[in-house]
Amino acid sequence: MTTAELDEIILLLKSEHGYDFSNYSAASFKRRVQRVMSLHRVANFYDLKYTITNDKHFVALFVQEITVNVTEMFRDPNFFRKLKDSVLPVLASYPSIKIWHAGCSTGEEVYSLAILLQEMGLFERTRIYATDINGAALEKARKGIVDVRLIKEYTQNYIKAGGSADFSLYYTARYDHAIMRKNVRERIVFSQHNLVVDGVFNEFQLICCRNVLIYFNRVLQNRVLQLFYNSLSPLGYLALGIKESLMFTDVKNKFETIDNTNKIFRRQD
Amino acid sequence: MVTTKKIIAIGGSAGSLPVVLNILQNISPGFVIPIVIILHRLKNAPSEMDKIVSITRSDLKLREPDDKEPVKPGYIYIAPANYHLLLEADGTFGLDYSEPVQYSRPSIDVTFESIAAVYGPNATAVVLSGANNDGAEGIARIIEKNGTGIAQDPLTSEYPVMPAAAIRKNPAALVYAPPGILNYLEELSPA
Repeated sequence: MTTAELDEIILLLKSEHGYDFSNYSAASFKRRVQRVMSLHRVANFYDLKYTITNDKHFVALFVQEITVNVTEMFRDPNFFRKLKDSVLPVLASYPSIKIWHAGCSTGEEVYSLAILLQEMGLFERTRIYATDINGAALEKARKGIVDVRLIKEYTQNYIKAGGSADFSLYYTARYDHAIMRKNVRERIVFSQHNLVVDGVFNEFQLICCRNVLIYFNRVLQNRVLQLFYNSLSPLGYLALGIKESLMFTDVKNKFETIDNTNKIFRRQD
Repeated sequence: MVTTKKIIAIGGSAGSLPVVLNILQNISPGFVIPIVIILHRLKNAPSEMDKIVSITRSDLKLREPDDKEPVKPGYIYIAPANYHLLLEADGTFGLDYSEPVQYSRPSIDVTFESIAAVYGPNATAVVLSGANNDGAEGIARIIEKNGTGIAQDPLTSEYPVMPAAAIRKNPAALVYAPPGILNYLEELSPA
């Protein structure tokens, strides 16, 4: 698929269906489109155009599948360890803690954070607002179900992240899946939020948005980072994916770098 | 959009690290064409690559690129663990945390394909030792866009499967032993 063809698809989705992917990173968006085409056996660009124009059901699936919903518990254990050692103790000084987990996908990292908060005795006075653009992913997140075959890997990540308890305290295993227990679920609110068009909805002491901005171009990254800035309380923390940088963005001078390896930043004022 | 600047991409898996290190130890000081290295490796473990190489050659400018970082001449880039590494038309890196491709993330195929789309005839891609088929598709995309595909001579590869797969799929691929690969890269004119 050529760049011009890709642009046509983006235009079509916007004009016919109101979905705006024009500021997604071109290289990864192209890969996603090709993936959806192969999943649904759409043979070529012309068939794709035809299907997008005529098949509303396909468009709904397309939009869901175009966003990346790959995640794991305690991905980048060192990041979670740093969060636990350096950020959460500061949040502990607030009477109530509000956290926004933006782009939470199927929830694995939200539950990871909840476990750390639980172990530090902070979960009871925390509210985590976990949002994603993808309703189907959110539905899965809300159920708190993870693949039981991954539990071994997650347990190792948990230990590397500095988890201090027995990981099995946090889930109940049932045949092929594990369900997160109530002790790490009850303070989480899952809701739909589209970073491309939606605005500020609360004020937070910590915003986690890991491996979401990589799918956006610089224009959209700047928009979303400004939204995060406006949604943080003074001296609030921002945590990005470990390869996501503020260096190439408009807000780089508005944040202090707390940890450049783990990409933890703090609003300047 | 195809840029007029050149780029070199090297993909390796099992048995490729000594070859990569050898290339990096012996490449001329001040080599201008950016080199992007994609190695299969463990996820959720901190990278040792930059440490290893900085010990051997303190003059090399090595980066594990962040998202949106511009590709700069004279730099050697190593694909971060657990992401696919992409090249954008504006000459910046992009990262992608989507599904592994053929069990690999980073995938050599994914980076080669994205380099082919942006750099066309100015791309040179090399597949080294490895025990799977990653890179064969990527070399095909590179050659399709008139770039140069090179495979390590399987006879010199600790694990010959990967370069052999690249050669089988791509009759136009050049085949060299490690010293030949280094020579070929050294002789590319930087312009």
